[in-house]
Amino acid sequence: MNVEARAFKQADYKSDVKPIWCPGCGDYHVLMSFTRAFAQLGLPPENIVVVSGIGCSSRIPAYTNCYGFHGVHGRSLALAAGLKVTRPDLTVVVASGDGDGYSIGGNHFLHACRRNVDMTYVVMDNHIYGMTKGQPSPTTEPEFDTALSPGGTKVRPFHPLVVALASGANFIARCFSGDPNHTADVLVEAIKHPGFSFVEILSPCVTFRPDEKAWKEQVHPAPVAETSDQGKAARRLMTDDGFNIGILYRGTRAPYQPAAGKSDIDLTELEKDFEL
Amino acid sequence: MSKPPAAPKVSNLNDLLAVAYQIEIDAVERYRLLADQMEIHNNPELVKIFRDLSRAEGIHGEEIRRLAGDFDVVAHAREMAQFAKGESPEEADLGSAHYLMTPWHALQMSLAGEKRALAYFTSITETAKDPKVKELASELMEEEAEHVNLVHRLLRKYPEPSKTWADDLDPPQSLE
Amino acid sequence: MAASPSISIAIIGSGGAGALTTGDSLLETACAAGWHGLSTRTLGPQIRGGEAAALIRLAAHPVESLPDRYDLIIGIDWLNAHRFGSEIKAGPRTLVISDPRGGDLPTMMTEASVRVVEMPLKEMAKAIPDGRPNMIALGIAGRLLGFSVEETFAPIEKRLADKGPAALEASLAGIKVGFGAAASIDLGMQLTTPKAGDARRWLLSGNEATGLGAIRGGVRFAAAYPITPATEILEWLAPNLTKVGGTLLQAEDELAAVNMIIGASYGGTPALTATAGPGLSLMIEALGLATAAEIPVVVIDVMRGGPSTGIPTKSEQGDLNIAIYGMHGDAPHLVLAPQSIGDCVFTTQWATYLAEALQVPTIVLSDQFMGQSRAAIERPADVAFIGARNVAREITGTYKRHAMAANGVSPMAIPGTRGGQYTADGLTHNERGTPTSGAADHLAQLDKRRDKLDKFNFGDHWASVEGDGDIAVVTWGSLTGAAREAVALAGGGGIKARMVAPRLLAPAQPERLAAALKGVKRILVVEQTHGAQFSKFLRAHYDLPAPMRVFNRPGPLPITGGEIHRAMAEWR
Repeated sequence: MNVEARAFKQADYKSDVKPIWCPGCGDYHVLMSFTRAFAQLGLPPENIVVVSGIGCSSRIPAYTNCYGFHGVHGRSLALAAGLKVTRPDLTVVVASGDGDGYSIGGNHFLHACRRNVDMTYVVMDNHIYGMTKGQPSPTTEPEFDTALSPGGTKVRPFHPLVVALASGANFIARCFSGDPNHTADVLVEAIKHPGFSFVEILSPCVTFRPDEKAWKEQVHPAPVAETSDQGKAARRLMTDDGFNIGILYRGTRAPYQPAAGKSDIDLTELEKDFEL
Repeated sequence: MSKPPAAPKVSNLNDLLAVAYQIEIDAVERYRLLADQMEIHNNPELVKIFRDLSRAEGIHGEEIRRLAGDFDVVAHAREMAQFAKGESPEEADLGSAHYLMTPWHALQMSLAGEKRALAYFTSITETAKDPKVKELASELMEEEAEHVNLVHRLLRKYPEPSKTWADDLDPPQSLE
Repeated sequence: MAASPSISIAIIGSGGAGALTTGDSLLETACAAGWHGLSTRTLGPQIRGGEAAALIRLAAHPVESLPDRYDLIIGIDWLNAHRFGSEIKAGPRTLVISDPRGGDLPTMMTEASVRVVEMPLKEMAKAIPDGRPNMIALGIAGRLLGFSVEETFAPIEKRLADKGPAALEASLAGIKVGFGAAASIDLGMQLTTPKAGDARRWLLSGNEATGLGAIRGGVRFAAAYPITPATEILEWLAPNLTKVGGTLLQAEDELAAVNMIIGASYGGTPALTATAGPGLSLMIEALGLATAAEIPVVVIDVMRGGPSTGIPTKSEQGDLNIAIYGMHGDAPHLVLAPQSIGDCVFTTQWATYLAEALQVPTIVLSDQFMGQSRAAIERPADVAFIGARNVAREITGTYKRHAMAANGVSPMAIPGTRGGQYTADGLTHNERGTPTSGAADHLAQLDKRRDKLDKFNFGDHWASVEGDGDIAVVTWGSLTGAAREAVALAGGGGIKARMVAPRLLAPAQPERLAAALKGVKRILVVEQTHGAQFSKFLRAHYDLPAPMRVFNRPGPLPITGGEIHRAMAEWR
C-alpha cells in the first residue's frame, strides 16, 4: 500500500452538511473544537468515528467528515464500546448531551468509566433538554422553572465529574464552548490519553437557556494544576463550583482492550468437546 | 474568558504578515458559517449581509497577500497562526448569533470584530522591537481603523431594532 | 416410516440428590453405546437444593421430542415432586423405582396405576463409605438398559476426575450395588442396543449448537447479558470466540448488549447477542435502529414462558409476535427458527450469513426446550453459508451508503475506508444517508429495505416440507420434532400426512407455502402459545388453500407427538 504523507487542515474534517443548531448555539464552537483537534492530531478522517445518541449535541457526527453513528437515545457509549473493542485501530469519539448522557445514558456512563475502553466522551452540557423543548436535565439547577417542573425540580443536580472519577474514568476535564481553541487543546490531550477520557463542555443553549449567556463571565481556569491523585481529585471535584475550566484529573489505569486470540485454528478444534 | 486573546509570538515581519492574513481568513470563514446558519434558518436578509462581510474580509486577505509580495504568507500562516487562548480577534462571536437577528446585529458583530483587530495591531505597534514590524503593524492598524469607520457608516443605514425583535409567535419545534 | 422404538426415563430427586447429573451421565453412556437420545430437565424454583427431574429419551433414531409417557421413573426422593405433576406422565406400564423413605409418590403416579418396585436407595448408599443414593440409582438404570458397569461408570469417572480416588471409588461402588439390585427387576420392555453407526456423532445442547453455528457463520463479536435460558450460549462463546480471534464483552444490560453488537457490526465485525423474551423487549428499539441503518446483527431469543418474567425455566413459543411485529414503524427484518438441537447449528449459521448478505437484523427464535436439552446428533455438515457482506472498497466520488441497487443491497463502507465516510442514522435518510423528511426519499428507502428481503432467493432451507397426504401439520421451532413423530405415528395407522415447518418465519413466503400446501385438504396448525400467534400470522400473510384448525397450548408442558397425532386423528 502506498503510504502517502497526508497533511490535514481543519476544513478536511467538516462535512458540507449545514447544522440545524440554532444560531447562537454553543455547539457550533464545539464542532470547531472537534475539527481543530482532529487537525492538530493529524488523524485521517476515515480513521475517526464520532458516535452519538439523540439530542441537539448528538447531531454532530453528520457535520464532520469522519465516520459517524447517530444511534438511539442514551446508548452511544455501549455502541462505541462494541466498535472500539473490535476495531482498536480507530479513534472513537462519543458525543452526547446532559440528557442523553446523564439521564437515559446514566447507567452506561458508569460502566463506560468503569470499563475504561480507550475512547473520548464529550458531553455538551447546557443544563436543559433542548431538542424536546426545554425540560430539566440532571444538571439543571433545582430552582429553574420549566413547564414540566413548575417552580423548579427542587432536586439536586447530578455532578458528572465526581461520578466519572468514582466510576474509574481515566481523564476528566471541563471546557467552555466559548473558548474553542482551548477546548481543542483539551480534546487533543483527551484523545491522546489512553483509556476512557471524559470531557464536559459547557455549551449554552441560546433558545431555552438565554440566561446562560452569563457563563462567559462565570467560567474561570481551574485554580490548581491537574492531579493524578484520586483523593485530591475527589476533594476538588466535590467542592467544584461547576465552572472550573481545564484538565482536572489524569489517571494511570491501563485501558481495557481484550487481547485478540489466535485466529488461525481450524474450527473443528471447537467440536472436540461434543464428540461422543 | 472575556479578556483579549493572547496572540502568537510575532517576532518578525513574516510572522506579522502571516498572523494578519490568518485573521482575515478566519473572519471569512466565520462570516460564511453565519451566512449558512441564516440560510438554514430562513433569514435571507442576513444571508446577504454575512456573505457580503465574508467577501469583504476575503478582499482584505488578498490585500495582505499583495503586501507580502513573494513571501508565501498562506503557508506560513498555516504553520503558526494559532491563537492559543480565546479566538482570532476579528472572528465574530458565534454565541451572539440569533435566527431572528437583524442587519443591525450583524453589523454590531462586525464592528466588535474590527475593534478587536484594531486593538491587537495597536498593541503590536506598542510592543514590537523590530522597526519593520512596528511599521507594518501601524499600517494594519490604520486599515482596521478604516474598517471600523466603514461599519459605523453602514450602521447608520440600519436602525437599532425594537425590543420585540426576537419575538416569534411559533413555539420551538421538537425534532426528535 | 414406522415409529422408532424408544425408552423414556425420569430420575427425580431434591436437595442435592444429584438427579440431574445422574440423568446426564446416563445419556452419555447410552449415546456412547450407539443410542440416540435427548435429555432435558425440569426444576423447582430454588437455586440450590430444589426438586429436580432429569428426563431422558433414548431411541435407535435421532430424538427430537419428549415422550407421551415415561417407561422408567426412579425416585431418589419425592419431596415436592408433585410440582412436576403432569409433566412426567406415567401409565400402567410405567415402572417406578421408589425409595420408601423418600416420601409419598405423587398422586399423579398412583392414579396412573404405575408398577412400583421399592428400593431403599438411601439405606443402601449409607452402607458404602461416601456412598450416594444417586449412584445406586444410576447403577440400577444402567443395568436395566443393558449397559455394563464400565459403560455406566465412564461419564462419572470423567466428571469426578479431579475429585480424587476416594470419590471415584465410592461412585463405582454405588453403581455396582445398583447393578446388583437391578438383577431382580423386570423392566417390562425389550431393548435392542442399536449398532454404532459410521457417522460421527456429537452430544450437545441447543445453546452450545447455537454458539457453534454463530462462529461457523462468521460471528467474531458477542455482547453478553445473562438471562435464563440463553446464558449458556454466551458462556460457550466466551472462550471459543477468543480461540478464533474474536471477542465477547459483558454488557451492563440488554440495552447495552444490543447497541454493542450494532457498534461492532458497523465497524465490520459480524456480531451477535443472545437473550430471552424480557431482554428482546429491551432490545427492540435498537433493532429498529439497525433495520433503518441497514446494519447486520444476529439476536438469538431463547424463548421461555411469558409474558413478562413468565416462567424462565420453561419453553413456549410466545415471542413470535414481538420478533415479527415488535419494532415501531415499518421495519422488515428476518426472523428464523431452528427446528431441533442439531438444527440450531445450521439455522444460526444461516442467520448470520443472511444478516450479512442482506444488511439486516436477524432474530433467531430458539426456545428453552432446544436450548437447554442435550441430544446426540450426527455431526452437522459444513455448509457454505459464511457471512459475506457487500463492502465498499475502492470508493470514488460521493459515497452513497444507501444507494439504490438492483438487489436492494448497497455496498457498505467500513470505517477506515478512505472516501467512504458517512454517518449511520436511525433518522429517515436519502441515498447518501443524510437525514430527510421528504416523501420521495422516505418511500424509496422503505421500498428498498422491503424489496431487498422480498427479492432474495432463500432457497429450500426456508422450510422443512415432508411427506404427502390430505392433512398437513404446520408448525415451527422445536415442535417440528413432535410433529414429525405425529406424522410417523399417523402413517403407522394408515393416515398419510404432510408436515410443513418454516425455518424462515419473516418475511412471509406466500409462493413457497402455496407450493408446500398444494393439494392439501386440511391444515392443522400446532403451536405452543396461548394466543395462537402462529396461526394468526399465517392467516394475516397467506391465503391458506384449505380449512385450518389450531392445536395450541401455552407452556410449561411440552406438546408431544402423541398429542398431535390424536389431534390429527380427531379431524377426519
